[in-house]
Amino acid sequence: MCVAIPGLIKSIDGSLAQVEIGGITQTANLQLCPQAKVGDYVIVHTGYAINTLDQQEAKETLELFEAIARVAQEEN
Amino acid sequence: MKYASEFRDNRLARGLIAKIERSSRTPVKFMEFCGSHTVAIFRYGIRQVLPETVTTLSGPGCPICVTANVDLDKAIALARIPNVIMTSFGDVLRVPGSYTSLQAVRAEGADVRVIYSAMDALKIAADNPAKQVVLLGIGFETTTPTIAAAILQAKQESLTNFSVLSWHKLSPPAMKALLDSGDVALDGLICPGHVSIITGSQAWEFIARDYGIPCVVAGFEPLDILQCVDMLVTQVEKKEARVEIAYSRGVQREGNTVAQKLVDMVFEPCPAQWRGMGTIPASGLKLRPEYSMFDAEEIFDIDPGPTREPAGCICGEVLRGVSTPLDCPLFGKVCHPENPVGACMVSSEGSCFTYYLYGGKNE
Amino acid sequence: MSDTILLAHGSGGKMAHRLIEEVILSDLSNRVLARMDDSAVLDLSGRTAFTTDSYVVSPIFFPGGDIGKLAVCGTTNDLAMSGADPLYLSLSFIIEEGFPISDLKRILSSIRNTAREAGVQIVTGDTKVVNRGNVDKLYINTAGIGKIPSGANISGANIAPGDKVILSGSIGDHGIAIMSKREGLHFSTELESDCAPLSGLVADMIATGARIHALRDPTRGGLATTLNELSDQSGVKIMIEEEKIPVRDEVLGACEMLGFDPLYVANEGKLVAFVAPEDAESVIAAMRKNKYGAQATIIGQVEQTENPCVVMKTVLGASRLIDMLVGDLLPRIC
Repeated sequence: MCVAIPGLIKSIDGSLAQVEIGGITQTANLQLCPQAKVGDYVIVHTGYAINTLDQQEAKETLELFEAIARVAQEEN
Repeated sequence: MKYASEFRDNRLARGLIAKIERSSRTPVKFMEFCGSHTVAIFRYGIRQVLPETVTTLSGPGCPICVTANVDLDKAIALARIPNVIMTSFGDVLRVPGSYTSLQAVRAEGADVRVIYSAMDALKIAADNPAKQVVLLGIGFETTTPTIAAAILQAKQESLTNFSVLSWHKLSPPAMKALLDSGDVALDGLICPGHVSIITGSQAWEFIARDYGIPCVVAGFEPLDILQCVDMLVTQVEKKEARVEIAYSRGVQREGNTVAQKLVDMVFEPCPAQWRGMGTIPASGLKLRPEYSMFDAEEIFDIDPGPTREPAGCICGEVLRGVSTPLDCPLFGKVCHPENPVGACMVSSEGSCFTYYLYGGKNE
Repeated sequence: MSDTILLAHGSGGKMAHRLIEEVILSDLSNRVLARMDDSAVLDLSGRTAFTTDSYVVSPIFFPGGDIGKLAVCGTTNDLAMSGADPLYLSLSFIIEEGFPISDLKRILSSIRNTAREAGVQIVTGDTKVVNRGNVDKLYINTAGIGKIPSGANISGANIAPGDKVILSGSIGDHGIAIMSKREGLHFSTELESDCAPLSGLVADMIATGARIHALRDPTRGGLATTLNELSDQSGVKIMIEEEKIPVRDEVLGACEMLGFDPLYVANEGKLVAFVAPEDAESVIAAMRKNKYGAQATIIGQVEQTENPCVVMKTVLGASRLIDMLVGDLLPRIC
């Protein structure tokens, strides 16, 4: 459940980060995600980062989808 | 939008759909626990693109929908106390309690404010030292840590006019109660992605192990959900039952241990009443005694009066997955988004609202 | 003159006259208004469009505009959506005492500039001042009159099966620009409101001679609500495609964060047109030459039906019903 969306950390001041989501900049509290650093993508829920986003995993997932799509196209 | 738009790609979706069509032989019924999954499934029309062998079923994972009338009445009574500023996420405002809603008491003059974040309630408290600011703490594991963080911050800042009315609930006990009731037979569970960011996928292992039901944690983009369905179908066809993650960019097995610790510091489990499911042991969260100075139930003498349930409303059965909104005699006739009878028609991720808005009524 | 608006400025006495002459007329004067009679006397003939609207936007100054620009655009756009060429406007202020006169001047200058661009004259008006707290800073009401060119027959009831649905540009810009300035929301953006007078764009479209059946500006309630109104009015099914609807990244980001659907977010400088299919390309070509229609594109078409509705083809190729906005757009957790 719950509205949460990935954003890119542009700067950090204390426990507050400025996060770029689409074309907007949003303040996100890093108390739940103290390991996050500038350049990381975090998943933001009600103004709090709840986790860092694993960019390598995202890349591998999309590569997997590409492979699946290629198989489907070949079968057609 | 990076890490969202890529997971909405039509061509990749067609690949996943073809794979599901190829591998799915056994007719299966999967439940999406989470209301946001229900919304995504309808919003993108995922039911239409899945093969006929795959049925998806909405579960009880909408915090607003499962909040019992007695709790809503308490919040409404609290908002009516002079000198109280009630702060709430937007979802809750229109939900009818036994007699009225927060939106209606606001129109009568109560100070009810919509917030985006728990941080906003802290700011309102700091800006209004002569008022008592109550934060309506609602949500499952995803939202609870943000409320816990706010309470800890209030303590650190020695705020004496801030408190939380905790409606927080835990999702695994609800899923367990649902399975124990024997009301629905499931072939797989689409596990909530953002709850699992906090709890870790481990929270669902008992379902695979004790109930033999395949579990896959899913994100909320259409490709995430299709991948989840594919993984569930594969498990079913191989007669396996384990917990997998179709949202590996966000979810790990252990979850967010920092958030878990914060929640554990501030809250302790308690029995909680769920709409349609009755009282489930250790399924709610209340503030620990050490934080009672931030517990609205301790601070205020709240008298919500007698509770009343709307006649004819089958929200409870819809939440358990026993009935769909289409089975309700009130659906679309007496009960519609402009005049909601039950909570499932109000909440933006309620099954009834989703069916109504996204045309499930025409299915 | 004082720096702020006082109750006496609305009393009808000397202070009121000075305010009107020195602040309001100095910015807006024209032949009809300068007569200062109790009512404007106009020569009208032929088919005439008449509309009114009230403006209560908060904040009153926002990126891309202010309440004054909005008050002119909103009403002249409503005229233009009937195909009318806007001619005259009334302008009424309800002002909270203590409102800075410098802000009023800023708003008036924006009204003057926008009225000039829309080709409309302000010919009558009124100013009331109320006690502090009785209005939020300043409200404006405008009513407008426009002349409908011969041959134009544009109405929400005229949509025909086969019509192409044309959208003039990206959706949600106004709503999100306003929200970015609201207290309590923690986001910032360079995005500006799309608030713009569309009468010139409509004139360019009509000049093509195309069979334009209906025009509507999707303001509050957004594109989804407007399309639903039109499908009901004409008794048709409107099919649109999700991937063809332009949404700016800023709007998408804010909507994802707040749990909104851009289809329901307000616009103040966009229109949807329903045009006979053979004429769609010429209308789009004309629109793209105008700065307010540069992104014009076909987003769908109209079908015959027993049950009027709006259906959207999703990115997955599935279709779903699109309903009107329910309640308010409020930030939500789930």
